[in-house]
Amino acid sequence: MSDYNLPIKELGETPLVGDGTTFSSITETVAHVTETKAPRAWWVGFLIAVSFTGVLGMAIGYLFWTGVGVWGNNTPVYWAWDITNFVWWIGIGHAGTLISAVLFLFRQKWRTGINRFAEAMTIFAVMCALIFPGIHVGRAWYAYYMLPIPNEMSIWPNFKSPLIWDVFAVSTYFTVSSLFWYVGLIPDLATLRDRAKTKLRRTIYGALAIGWRSSNRHWSNYERAYLLLAAFSTPLVLSVHSVVSFDFATSLMPGWHTTIFPPYFVAGAIFSGFAMVMTLMLITRAVYGLKSLVLMKHLELMNKIILTTGSLVGYAYAMEFFIAYYSGNDYERHVFLYNRASGPYAWAYWIMISCNVLSPQVFWFKRFRTSIPVMFVVSILVNIGMWFERFVIIVTSLFRDFLPSSWGYFRPTLIDFGIYAGSLGLFFTLFLLFIRWVPMIAVAEVKGVLPEADPHHGEHAAHEGEDHNHDEAEGDVAAAPAE
Amino acid sequence: MADKKPALYLAQYETPGACLHAAEKLRDAGYKNFDAHTPFPVHGMDAAMGMGDSKLGWIVLPAGITGCALAFTMMYWMNAVDYPIVIGGKPPGAIPSMIPIMFELTVLLSCLTTVFGMFGLNKIPRHHHPIFNSDRFAAATDDKFFISVEVEDPKFHLERTKKVLEGTHPTFIELVEDDADELGDDDKEAA
Repeated sequence: MSDYNLPIKELGETPLVGDGTTFSSITETVAHVTETKAPRAWWVGFLIAVSFTGVLGMAIGYLFWTGVGVWGNNTPVYWAWDITNFVWWIGIGHAGTLISAVLFLFRQKWRTGINRFAEAMTIFAVMCALIFPGIHVGRAWYAYYMLPIPNEMSIWPNFKSPLIWDVFAVSTYFTVSSLFWYVGLIPDLATLRDRAKTKLRRTIYGALAIGWRSSNRHWSNYERAYLLLAAFSTPLVLSVHSVVSFDFATSLMPGWHTTIFPPYFVAGAIFSGFAMVMTLMLITRAVYGLKSLVLMKHLELMNKIILTTGSLVGYAYAMEFFIAYYSGNDYERHVFLYNRASGPYAWAYWIMISCNVLSPQVFWFKRFRTSIPVMFVVSILVNIGMWFERFVIIVTSLFRDFLPSSWGYFRPTLIDFGIYAGSLGLFFTLFLLFIRWVPMIAVAEVKGVLPEADPHHGEHAAHEGEDHNHDEAEGDVAAAPAE
Repeated sequence: MADKKPALYLAQYETPGACLHAAEKLRDAGYKNFDAHTPFPVHGMDAAMGMGDSKLGWIVLPAGITGCALAFTMMYWMNAVDYPIVIGGKPPGAIPSMIPIMFELTVLLSCLTTVFGMFGLNKIPRHHHPIFNSDRFAAATDDKFFISVEVEDPKFHLERTKKVLEGTHPTFIELVEDDADELGDDDKEAA
């Protein structure tokens, strides 16, 4: 058996960690962040984020007190920023599950450098998303009507409604993502427990690590659990955004009633999620010096995924247009030609096209794919573009109703802005707390992809004199730089 | 101070390979109650320890089927039996519209069972284990590899087991003790 963790040179593979990385240097690099004082930049970011979370609280309080009239939503635009934000946040979450589950099933070992980070982002993004369906119902204290619980009117939810499917899909998604994240965290929490210097830390991390003792009899079940969770999460993540798209696609609105929606939404979700991972990763990597664990290789691979999914989304935009033309349906044609590409919301449409379809095309060139400033700017543009995509889909399909007498134009209010900015504040608050207190890179998983992690690593090197003609002669050559 | 009694032998190794070969030796010597403690799952360790395949999948399968059946029964009973409603001209018990929720509940129950089933098979959360009485053991979550042999093993013998472990070239062997008193406050070191 040759070393299975060594890069295959013939395929152009390169190591997954920087030079000189050892088991203990990984522990040290990652655990160090949670054990030392937070840098000034963290405090500045945290205070800003917490302030915006306060704005969220006040804006939602005002909304509950006064009613949904405080938003710009009005006839005929009944859905606007509320659902735009919901879909945007849910979509961002999808990259985390894609990285942790789908890339795991495909044995993409490079995911170990970024998966913890991306999974945390998933959970926080889904939390932000869950706010919006809850508050957009107007009388939030009746939100429990969405659940199948017996009530005094002895009626049940209508299970033919995609909005009810959404309740089940998103809550399942949140539960499963949290479980997946926590299971991945257990060995790393045990690492923090074993390094703890104070009684308080030992007690808290000890309780969270639930007595993990790195036993191989445990690892056996643990790895099977991880595989099963990945296997369930993969179809789950596809189902969640498909169900979100059903909220639109099963209606009879021109602009929404299209069969391309599920795959189109899933591609867009992964696209926006990867962009958000990229934005956060670039900042954290620079602030905390994680360059030996998150290599340019990881960033380049992520940029390739952004390019792929961005082009898929571009294809979907083009196909929607073509089908509107090809269907021969006047209303459908009108929505795309006069309400989106031209008309009062053309500015939003063209922001969407330039951010989502044009900006990622720079990643065809290796020079831009490996340039940190370029990828940072593109990742921000994609986040903006994907927000506008949802805005365009929702508002431009609604604002010109079937009769010109009921046409309108949506303008956001200050409360709309406050709730959106506040949800960003909540997201960053949770995220900053995460990088402060939780190992932000999967320590045990990264150790497992080091060449030294292979029990047969260096075995032949040790006996080099005796069995040099062994079938692992090539392995020796490849192993040399890692020694 | 409570009396001490031996709980397990702990042997330390520097590389996953040395630990793997030690496990093979113990397996071949007929030990059953021994374990490897490694910072990450070591490839091939299950076979080296003579362990079978994880049974977790067999626990999760019925849970998944239950989730699916539960979702169907719930929706059919609520929308077609208890309070039938016709929506969009479709029959009250229309199956296609039930598929998303049947899928979601299958996944939800399966995943909950996967995680809690894994906890159950591993007998965690666990408050105390004598292995934590060793000061060296903290390195098991960092960069050292350990083999432990518990006194419950039918082949355990203070002298002979030590000899077998010495034959595996560990960098260190330690006899870890636990408080003899069952009710003793022995978790001070463990938390």
